[in-house]
Amino acid sequence: MQTMPQEKTDRTVIRLQDVRRIYKVGVERIHALDGIDLDIRKNEYVAVMGPSGSGKSTLMNILGCLDRCTSGTYELNGRNTTRLSSGGLAHVRNTQIGFVFQSFELLPRLNALKNVELSLIYAAGTTWLSRRTRARETLVRVGLTERVKHRPNQLSGGEKQRVAIARALSNNPSILLADEPTGNLDTKTSEGVMKLFDQLHREGQTIIIVTHEEHVARHAERILQMRDGQIISDERTGPNRVTPPSQEAHHE
Amino acid sequence: MIRLLATPLLFVALLLQSIRLALGQIWANKMRSTLTTIGIVIGVAAVTAVIAALTGLRAKVLKEFETFGTNKIFIIPHWPREGKFRHFNWRHIRFMPKQFENLLERCPSIEDYTLMTERSLTVYHGVQNIEGASINGINPSWHRIENRSVIIGRPFTLMDEEHGWQVCLITPDVRDELRLDRDCIGKRIVVGRRSFEIVGVVEGRVKGGMFGDMGSSKEVFIPFETAWRLWEPWIYAVASCREPELSKEAQAELRFYLRQTRRLGPGDPDTFRLEVIEEYLKSFNKVAMAITAVAGGVVGISLLVGGVGIMNIMLVSVSERTREIGLRKAVGAKPSAILLQFLVEAIVLCLFGGLLGILIGQGMTSMIAKIPNSGLDMAYIPLWAVGLSFGFAATVGVFFGMFPAIKAARLDPIEALRHE
Ligand SMILES: Nc1ncnc2c1ncn2[C@@H]1O[C@H](COP(=O)(O)OP(=O)(O)OP(=O)(O)O)[C@@H](O)[C@H]1O
Ligand SMILES: [Mg+2]
Repeated sequence: MQTMPQEKTDRTVIRLQDVRRIYKVGVERIHALDGIDLDIRKNEYVAVMGPSGSGKSTLMNILGCLDRCTSGTYELNGRNTTRLSSGGLAHVRNTQIGFVFQSFELLPRLNALKNVELSLIYAAGTTWLSRRTRARETLVRVGLTERVKHRPNQLSGGEKQRVAIARALSNNPSILLADEPTGNLDTKTSEGVMKLFDQLHREGQTIIIVTHEEHVARHAERILQMRDGQIISDERTGPNRVTPPSQEAHHE
Repeated sequence: MIRLLATPLLFVALLLQSIRLALGQIWANKMRSTLTTIGIVIGVAAVTAVIAALTGLRAKVLKEFETFGTNKIFIIPHWPREGKFRHFNWRHIRFMPKQFENLLERCPSIEDYTLMTERSLTVYHGVQNIEGASINGINPSWHRIENRSVIIGRPFTLMDEEHGWQVCLITPDVRDELRLDRDCIGKRIVVGRRSFEIVGVVEGRVKGGMFGDMGSSKEVFIPFETAWRLWEPWIYAVASCREPELSKEAQAELRFYLRQTRRLGPGDPDTFRLEVIEEYLKSFNKVAMAITAVAGGVVGISLLVGGVGIMNIMLVSVSERTREIGLRKAVGAKPSAILLQFLVEAIVLCLFGGLLGILIGQGMTSMIAKIPNSGLDMAYIPLWAVGLSFGFAATVGVFFGMFPAIKAARLDPIEALRHE
């Protein structure tokens, strides 16, 4: 039902140009990102891989507007984000970005529905009723019709991550970012969660996933390999969807 | 346009959300929240109880003055502190009846006056007696000055006065204690070894009041002339002016008149003083203000201590919920929204303390009001004090909650999410 109209299939959502992120620890300067150039188009399904410390999370944080690059430019939907204030970045996060964390980050005292509502609370022009309905719809979308009133400690790991994904989706983000979403899950549960990502991809969602695991990365259609803050390979593995087939057609 | 409209709406929505979150947070930490607010509770309870007591006292005093008469002037002999009269014989200080002879003609603002004498004596009737009854000599005009009606019998007349008859008026308390009949007119009582015929029963003083309690309720009234002939006692006088507004003129006239009749020279100090109810009211206000200032100091200190407690617990709360703050920021909460959330929590905590304080203050007020003979039975917390308390509590919340809230608002989302 959330299928996006695909008139502009070729639209670039993310454009990074010579992005650097330098951490200063004492006198040492750590180049966590060392000149990243990257374009990601609408509805792409990207996996980011690479050894520990290669800068995957740093990249995700910058893509998610949680962090700012030290130099370079980041355009999201054609808009430069590098000069935004922290309030401006918060607005971008609220309206255009969905973030899924390895450790779920659900608020323990809130039930599933309330957790999903969380990002809608900070959005302008939502009423209590519209938040409720939207949160409920999103939970249905991730397949959690039955667990609406459950608290995080009453949910399994897979279910928790589905709630977290629902929270990320609740504001209809233009990009869905997931930093090792299956890192805390066993293989079988991981497969379930990845199936959900596949489904979201079919529905038109742009997705970027960080992972260490081959079998997770295999779901994506484009794999980026990172090392020492640089992208060392960028290959398309899945069906080349530069002009993807009409989603509406084979989507029941 | 939509954005402009949406911003205040979002603010209201966030405010309501923050209040709900704050209530949830306080409810989840009931014990901690209650302990934290104790400073504020004590401060607010103390201030409301003190205000209640003072308000009650003032209401009482004002009511007292109404029955007492606000247009009365007391004329009392007075030893000057300095000048040649310091060494004067008491005979020169005391009043003589003839010094008041044509007062009414000379002082046009005075409506009436009565000379008064007061003594304490034992009163007998058969085997019954009252020790230390208050024996008052009065002119018949006393009945017009005092608002005390004669219940049974008759008031004093000019005849009683002129003849110096040994007649008396008594209060119901005297009648009851002497075991006289309800209608005791014509009975005789013995005062100072002389027999007086009861001609009437006069209403007792207003009881339980500040001024009522100053004198005994066991009063016997005899004509002034009779008292004068028997004892030649010290005299004072009570005059009433025509209108309360004329008080100042009346006092000036009295002073001028008395200085003449008492033959005081141009440089001599007064050998009498004039007292007006307003003066009492003024000194009461001074005392009330002093008490308020002291109470205000105490309250200020306890609110300060309370505020520091609030700040402390808010800092704890911020560091406990660092991850939550990080998450809220990650899903798009602006720094201002986080600031609002924690500020509201501090304010709600303080208002909760204020509410508790007012409830305890109300309890204390009811207890104060039950203390017998304290004149505090009319104590109550006025509405403005409730408003003031909440206002103070909220101010403390804003002031001491600001620092932790700013700290929360400034947290970096990534750092916060990494917090253990
Ligand atoms: N806050 C920080 N301060 C200093 N250095 C940091 C900080 N965050 C990350 N780094 C450094 O930046 C580099 C990249 O870190 P990053 O977290 O992006 O790695 P990663 O690819 O996500 O690794 P992993 O697979 O273990 O999650 C690392 O060398 C790390 O030590
Ligand atoms: Mg990482």
